[in-house]
Amino acid sequence: MSIRGQAHIVGAFEHPLRDLPQHSVQQIHAECAMGALADAGLSIRDVDGYFSTGQLGFGGVSLTEYLGLRPSYVDATFVGGSSYISHVGHAAAAIAAGKCKIALLTQGAKVRGVIRGAKHTADTPEFPFETVYGETNAGIYALAARRHMHEYGTTPAQLAAVKVAAAAYAQHNPHALLRKLVTIEDVVSSPMIADPLHRLDCCVVTDGGGAIVVVAPEIARDLKRRSVKVLGHAEAIKHSGGRPNDFTSTGATQSAPRALADAGISLADIDYASIYDSFTITVIMTLEDFGFCKKGQGGAFVADGALALDGAIPVNTDGGGLCNNHPGYQGGLVKVIEAVRQLRGEANANTQVRDCRIAVAHGTGGGMSRQASVTLVLGREDA
Amino acid sequence: MSNSPLPTPAPFVSPETEPYWSGAKAGKLVLPHCRACDHTIWYPKAFCGECGAFDVEWREASGLGTLYSFTQVFRGEGPYRECASFVLALVDLDEGARVLTNIVDADPAGLAVGQRLRAVFHDAGEAAALVRFTPIPTSSDT
Repeated sequence: MSIRGQAHIVGAFEHPLRDLPQHSVQQIHAECAMGALADAGLSIRDVDGYFSTGQLGFGGVSLTEYLGLRPSYVDATFVGGSSYISHVGHAAAAIAAGKCKIALLTQGAKVRGVIRGAKHTADTPEFPFETVYGETNAGIYALAARRHMHEYGTTPAQLAAVKVAAAAYAQHNPHALLRKLVTIEDVVSSPMIADPLHRLDCCVVTDGGGAIVVVAPEIARDLKRRSVKVLGHAEAIKHSGGRPNDFTSTGATQSAPRALADAGISLADIDYASIYDSFTITVIMTLEDFGFCKKGQGGAFVADGALALDGAIPVNTDGGGLCNNHPGYQGGLVKVIEAVRQLRGEANANTQVRDCRIAVAHGTGGGMSRQASVTLVLGREDA
Repeated sequence: MSNSPLPTPAPFVSPETEPYWSGAKAGKLVLPHCRACDHTIWYPKAFCGECGAFDVEWREASGLGTLYSFTQVFRGEGPYRECASFVLALVDLDEGARVLTNIVDADPAGLAVGQRLRAVFHDAGEAAALVRFTPIPTSSDT
């Protein structure tokens, strides 16, 4: 059974601030929840389904109490930065199964100024064999970038083109953390973090979050705001499976074709794509794995202007995780929110894709050793 | 056993993974091997994800491998925060596993994908040693 048309997104809210020293994490969740519900024209009393990562407090229970919700359905799936994209798919499935009718999804995060310490190795089976060697997020993606360069001839300047495109969009976003235009030269001359990734190849670190409201079609019909249809959703966990895992492809090789099939669309139907951009290399590999270009050609593809409004596939028009927002090291929810803006025709001035009918939001949660890949296909009401 | 210029944080050792770490402590690379399906398991654990068997035997490996990818990290975290830089790498063991590790005793600028490596062992706490790798000199090296 396809998820197509079984649920609609009727509310979306991105916290406008990127630095929230005085907020508690639960306050951020609450502000985002009320923002998305106001956008939808619904009351918090209407909510009967709640979705969060369960990272705060006791699973999804603590926030349910804090927010005063009495849901008939709760999901606290945590698959890294992809979690929130998966929550939209899970909410649509729960609504289709009659478990709830008005689902609230929230994210709240506070990580600015926090020095990342040693990871606790006792509670995650693979950590003892990796963290002792100084594994970092940037280091893991640098290993992917180095191997991609080795196999396909990708260059640091091609990686940089992803950041240049993001900055060109971010200048139009009044809330973006980084709004300054950058050049290829700016990126490759920024400090090296993990060779070949420079500082400007890495996403921003922000506080904040957002919220989404997903409802049954009959609820969406009665609301004033324009809604966005959930058309397709698919997930894939890519791991070594006991055999060497390649570091040059993502789980999008599996989740993207399945999500497109679920939606009944082809790649050419996609007008806008929110592509997870923890690092510049993440975007290049994901675009290849969707099939927007041939495997290994992603570097040349982005360097040729593919990501711009008049390019082959406009990507991350809010400035993405590289410039706008990547709350709590998890950028999935922001990816969905920008896709919703595009489909409602509410993107920032000079960044609206013309006649945007179908959009995707894609998340890559975790690292390259193992990752949760989630693809969501959304459509305008007439899609 | 050589002295490590890098931090040597003690790994978390459980009864399930103790054979791997005590092997390293004794200067041996020991890998779990599934008796049921003849598969070399990575990361170390007492269960075979390939066939679902618990019949795991710990075998000494060659300690030889090939460099799959590497990066010089300039922003360490946790115990590596004070390091100016270090090399994080993925090494394909001759037995088939691809492992995350460090390359030591080598100029990062001279490293190349495909290079042959051998394991070295750095004591880390009472019950374990870290398994790092170093280039095997080739005949062209002087």
